[in-house]
Amino acid sequence: MKRNAVSRVGVKVKKSREDRIFDFFMYALAGVIALIVLYPMYFIVIASFSDPFLVSTGEIFLIPRNVSLKAYRKIMEYEQLWIGYRNTIFYVIAGTLTTLAVNIPAAYALSRKRMYGRKFFHVFYLIPMFFSGGLIPTYLVIKGFSLLDTVWVMFVPFAVVTYYIIVARTFFDNSIPEDLWEAAQLDGCGYIGFFFRITLPLSKAILSVIALWTAVGQWNAYFNALIYLRSPELQPLQIALRNILIVNKNMGNMLTGMAGQEAKALSDLIKYAVIVVSSAPIMCMYPFVQKYFNQGVMLGSLKG
Amino acid sequence: MKSSVRKPNSTGFVKGVQKSWPLYLLLLPSILLFLVFTYYPMYGVVIAFKDFKPARGILDSDWAGLKYFRQFFSSYQFIPTIRNTVVISLYTILVTFPLPVALALMCNQMKALKFKKFFQVSTYLPHFISTVVMAGMIILFLSPSSGVIAKIVGLFGFKLPNLMGSAPAFPHIYVWTEAWQHVGWDSIVYIAALSSVDPELYEAARMDGASKWHRMRYIDIPHLLPTATVMFILRMGGVMNVGFEKVYLLQNSLNSSTSEIISTYVYKMGLLSSQYSLSSAIGLFNNAINLVLLLLVNWISRKLSDTSLL
Repeated sequence: MKRNAVSRVGVKVKKSREDRIFDFFMYALAGVIALIVLYPMYFIVIASFSDPFLVSTGEIFLIPRNVSLKAYRKIMEYEQLWIGYRNTIFYVIAGTLTTLAVNIPAAYALSRKRMYGRKFFHVFYLIPMFFSGGLIPTYLVIKGFSLLDTVWVMFVPFAVVTYYIIVARTFFDNSIPEDLWEAAQLDGCGYIGFFFRITLPLSKAILSVIALWTAVGQWNAYFNALIYLRSPELQPLQIALRNILIVNKNMGNMLTGMAGQEAKALSDLIKYAVIVVSSAPIMCMYPFVQKYFNQGVMLGSLKG
Repeated sequence: MKSSVRKPNSTGFVKGVQKSWPLYLLLLPSILLFLVFTYYPMYGVVIAFKDFKPARGILDSDWAGLKYFRQFFSSYQFIPTIRNTVVISLYTILVTFPLPVALALMCNQMKALKFKKFFQVSTYLPHFISTVVMAGMIILFLSPSSGVIAKIVGLFGFKLPNLMGSAPAFPHIYVWTEAWQHVGWDSIVYIAALSSVDPELYEAARMDGASKWHRMRYIDIPHLLPTATVMFILRMGGVMNVGFEKVYLLQNSLNSSTSEIISTYVYKMGLLSSQYSLSSAIGLFNNAINLVLLLLVNWISRKLSDTSLL
């Protein structure tokens, strides 16, 4: 065959014809995929800065035209969005701290081979992965503890995540050498001292991975708020977004004194701007923390 | 030490507990939260078998036996919700399971490192878009009057139908947007698996005249098979678990005949219509199927690959 003839010349031959065709199609396909993935996000950004009329008549495709900040000025007035923003920042911080404070010590305890009753606790943490009471029974418990419509419901009741515990425990098992524990013990260090003074400082990788998972999860969450929160002043960002993007609630205030056509065009524009404002923080943060996320996927793929 | 005072026959337990108490202290917060907010609701599931009246509480409500299960099985919503759940779920797996594998194979072949990096980062990005924003984007883009897709299609002289208002289109919209959002992210696992292929294997294959296509076909794909099997099995275990959030956000009265799934139905029955017992019964039914599927899948996975959750 032809490619045999080519490669017999030596290792450093130029690519065979077949490989060049392969490369051509592969890069072409990759280009198309990248375009399909990026264009919608790109379009939202340029549309949000363009003239509402040009966007609604379909004249904006590649570059923004008649650049204006009209939509952004409109959403500055939309108080609910900023209240949501503030609340979400609070829920992200509180949620991340609680999640770490609750799951990491548990994972550490479970990683100690000598702990009495280790098997029992394992099963205790695993059962919820397979079975849950379901929506209504959980709702009734939350209601029973008078946690409905309080800030606590957003980050306390569901802070324990078995998956995080498994991932963190696997990390401790693999990365904190047993010798270290034995040496520390000889120096009179107990379980708790070893946890705070040795294990935690050596576990920044896993702490940041779990913190990031929780933070992104909290930023994007809306289910718990939908079910357990009523008061507008407690709602997180995603609920405010839902009201604007899906339910079209409270849009009227921003659009008073406009004709139907104009109002529709501007309401779409406001939606684009709102998407940008709410997604930008996570998107901008991502390239900087990418390595932690990738690390997390690797850790997660280890079996507990 | 204190333990020397204890009677010999109780030493196992007492000594064990005594030595481990600092660890129990570390477990305590998570155990408390789990007991109260996860295990206690599991007990609350009995309301599926009772005529639950909020005023009388769980204990004092009358037993209803299987009344609410029967009510669900005989309701006109039973077949459609189950069917929609299974259709959306299987269709999602069919599309979003193989695509990340293909993407990883592609990435692995890229020798232009700058482009590879760019390609990976851009395909991961949509993963971080929240479900609410995603649903908002879908509705905006698919609008037949002002959406950008309608405009692009319009350039070629076609007219976009109102897809959000069409029941048959719903599963396609759900699944393909799901693919758009998560394929890049899901490929990370496979890219990692491919990075462990011994480079000498490629070199040897090249010497023997294997083209890139052949190297992919006979080295990369077999190498990914174990990871892919495990991922596939795990996905199959969650067939009845279609996420509530995106479906609920995309639902409207025009597409509900294909978009009403078990979880959205449970939410509507339970929290919007306050039929606590019926909703719990449906939830429990779904949970039970899930549990059986998971255990089954876990068992198969252990037989096939020595990998299991438990």
